[in-house]
Amino acid sequence: MPDQFLFAVEVFINGLMSGVLYALVALGFVLIYKASGIFNYAQGVMALFAAMTLVGIMDGQVPFSHIINSVFGTNLHHFGWHVPALLAILLTAGVMVLFAWLVQRLVMRHLVGQEPIILFMATIGLAYFLEGVSDLMWGSEIKKLDIGLPQGGSLWIEDMTAGLGGDNFYGFFIDNLDMVATVVAALLVTGLVLFSQYTKQGRAMRAVADDHQAALSVGISLNFIWVLVWSVAGFVALVAGIMWGTKSGVQFSLSLIALKALPVLMLGGFTSIPGAIVGGLIIGVGEKMFEFAIGPMVGGATENWFAYVLALLFLVFRPQGLFGEKIIERV
Amino acid sequence: MKDMQEGYTTADGRKIGGVVMEMKNITLRFGGVVAIKDISFDIRQGEIRAIIGPNGAGKSSMLNVISGFYVPSEGEVWYRGAKRPKMRPYEIAQQGIARTFQNIALFEGMSVLDNVMTGRLGHMKSGLIAQALWKGKAEAEEVANREVAERVIDFLEIQHIRKTPVGRLPYGLKKRVELARALAAEPKLLLLDEPMAGMNVEEKEDMSRFILDVNDEFGTTITLIEHDMGVVMDLSDRVVVMDYGKKIGDGTPDEVRNNQAVIDAYLGVASD
Amino acid sequence: MFYRESGDFKTSYEQDSQTFPIKFDRYRYYAVLAIAFLVVPFVINDYWANAILLPFLIYAIAAIGLNILVGYAGQVSLGTGGFMAVGAYACYKFMTMMPEVSMFVHVLLAGGMTAIVCVAFGLPSLRIKGFYLAVATLAAQFFLVWLFNRVPWFYNYSASGQISAPERDVFGILITGPNAPAWATYMFSLIFLTFCALIARNLTRGTLGRSWMAIRDMDIAAEIIGVNPMKAKLTAFGVSGFFIGISGALFFSVYLGAVEVGEAFGITKSFLVLFMVIIGGLGSIFGSFAGAAFLVLLPVVLKVVGVDVLGWPTDIVAHFQLVIVGALIIVFLIMEPHGLAQLWRVAKEKLRLWPFPH
Repeated sequence: MPDQFLFAVEVFINGLMSGVLYALVALGFVLIYKASGIFNYAQGVMALFAAMTLVGIMDGQVPFSHIINSVFGTNLHHFGWHVPALLAILLTAGVMVLFAWLVQRLVMRHLVGQEPIILFMATIGLAYFLEGVSDLMWGSEIKKLDIGLPQGGSLWIEDMTAGLGGDNFYGFFIDNLDMVATVVAALLVTGLVLFSQYTKQGRAMRAVADDHQAALSVGISLNFIWVLVWSVAGFVALVAGIMWGTKSGVQFSLSLIALKALPVLMLGGFTSIPGAIVGGLIIGVGEKMFEFAIGPMVGGATENWFAYVLALLFLVFRPQGLFGEKIIERV
Repeated sequence: MKDMQEGYTTADGRKIGGVVMEMKNITLRFGGVVAIKDISFDIRQGEIRAIIGPNGAGKSSMLNVISGFYVPSEGEVWYRGAKRPKMRPYEIAQQGIARTFQNIALFEGMSVLDNVMTGRLGHMKSGLIAQALWKGKAEAEEVANREVAERVIDFLEIQHIRKTPVGRLPYGLKKRVELARALAAEPKLLLLDEPMAGMNVEEKEDMSRFILDVNDEFGTTITLIEHDMGVVMDLSDRVVVMDYGKKIGDGTPDEVRNNQAVIDAYLGVASD
Repeated sequence: MFYRESGDFKTSYEQDSQTFPIKFDRYRYYAVLAIAFLVVPFVINDYWANAILLPFLIYAIAAIGLNILVGYAGQVSLGTGGFMAVGAYACYKFMTMMPEVSMFVHVLLAGGMTAIVCVAFGLPSLRIKGFYLAVATLAAQFFLVWLFNRVPWFYNYSASGQISAPERDVFGILITGPNAPAWATYMFSLIFLTFCALIARNLTRGTLGRSWMAIRDMDIAAEIIGVNPMKAKLTAFGVSGFFIGISGALFFSVYLGAVEVGEAFGITKSFLVLFMVIIGGLGSIFGSFAGAAFLVLLPVVLKVVGVDVLGWPTDIVAHFQLVIVGALIIVFLIMEPHGLAQLWRVAKEKLRLWPFPH
């Protein structure tokens, strides 16, 4: 087989893997959108916040230490203990539930019935707020996140595939972490589907997604469901934060993956979980392949915009997305 | 089609002219659902034409076809002697067809006056640059059209709420503002989608008076949908009766009242 | 006591649709103009110009532009940064290609160029709505920034990849470059702001403004009563782009002098201007001023209070700024979706009846 083709295959596979990560972020959006019609821009910052909190708890960092030190002249930084990864993840999940409750209590409850675009802008405000809070809490420097996930290329796959090409081909390079992420994402989606199909809360969640009024009338508490949904989205953010944080460090740019998730949603439709996954894969593969094939001709870094332009063109021809229902307009 | 060109004279002595709009074998489908099935009727110059029928009969869909919001799956719409080509709804509006909506569709963020002025948009032609400069052409045009809008506002007796944002008005007044917006366009054909829905008796009386006055003073052709049978029979010159997307009756109120199919489908169960 | 409309009778429709129907407002407006044009230029210094006045004037233009698109026509855009970049780079190209032409012309041409680009990116709005469109405008943001970063022609093949404004003058007075006096840059920007605000006011009170607002409030109904949605949306994109382009051109040439596109016109700029519009008030020209003033002053005030008075490190103050801006956005959306402009209106309403409110 020609090497060029094999390289393309490698790019394709890596695109699929990064697509999984996009899908993971997009999933959080879909959950909240389905249940409450809110397009939660803060999802990316939630992932950042969750990852920072996780690192902070694991390292035993004192929250808000920087500001406490400045005001009181103290010199706090660490409690001096280390929390095992699993416990830290549980604690962080707890923090995300608390956050969900606060958001519902302080923000969303007061915006019920507003236009979607107002809600969207409110979540942009929320994103800024949360970003500021997480910087104040844990400091804004780049942090390393290591909860013991395998990293680096998979030698096994490289060895297995090295024989496929000529002398210049050393086998497929596939990141172990990406593979773990794929497995985790699959588990997460399965878990969510099981949760929404077979538990009482899950069914209530779907009922709310279908029709708020009807759900209210059969005695489902909207408040509770929304807190639940934001918590689940917080948990999804945590998982996404762990994956991205392990890959490229916990830092501000992590919150920007939310922006990447937006075109994914536009392709897949805002209300469809399979749509989020397929959309994520298309974007992941598409931008990697485009950069591989066209990038060198136009100066590279096309990943910056490819996803958006693809989504834009796609929407112009199919405004409801891949899996969305056809929009029938009424007066 | 007998008396295609000549009109007729109504019981109260008004002269009704030739055909303004003719619906020829209109069928409208949404996917597998047939909302309108092979309906034909005409609307004549200066008459008040009503479309009635039980819920879900397809009346509003019919009005949407006339105003161009829905394109019929089959059949032709003839307006003022010409077959209507494929057009965007705003082009149809600019041909002189104005309407109101069943669930009020006013621009909530704007004042009453601005809402009424939107009805004049089709008559205002000054360009971007002229408007940016304002003084001169744009202002003159604004004033000229404002006068028309003010006449309509006077006519419908809503002067006192001119500058009020529409969002703050009670339901009955909103209905009236919507009528004002439609009238400001000086339409040749006015479509009213349940103009009296949800009103009390007094408001209905007011609205009926306005509809008759519009028809009388401006000679505007009116097509309306209404549930209140008493009102329909009093107001309209001719009535189309629809049921399950089909036309089951067409004629003067008296003819319709005595039509057996209509009685079975609708009037038999009406409460008045 | 002075704030009265009684006795101030309107006898023609011209008078009724003027910008400031109440006499007191009108006089105050003339007073503000007089101070801005006749007093400030004589007392201005570099600190005031660069820290407060220039950013305020320039952001106010951008905010007016975005407000036309978002507040009046209801088309949410997250591409403001990218469009400002178009204005900046167009201005740069015109300045270097035609050095002898007046700066006024360059800035206006830059605005026109941005209007064209903005209309092109506005075309999808004919098919897609709401936040689908908002996300689609991100395509403009990221694509444009990438374009100016990667295509050397735009920055005249300079080694740094930056663009820096050469010295240009208007009637012999330096406007750009490090030697331009503070009062001149201030006046130059002020003239453009006044010009833009007047145009915006004229457009929004007339036919075009009404068709924008009709599309915003209920697009389907608007089309049925005769608003051409294509014309309404594209003119909104065009006019908005014109203003945003002017603002981008001034931001680069008069205010910063040298610009790296990703830094100066990134996505954060889009959000900043959007926040000005929200905090100031959607659908209000005055609100655009108020929002721009607020968000320009906030960091300055925070810095003075946090760093100079309390002695905190600058990064903490910067983080606090995020928290405060985020919280303010939420508070405004909850308490007063119409922004500062509405607070102002309510205050005026009260004042009109004062001291006998019953």
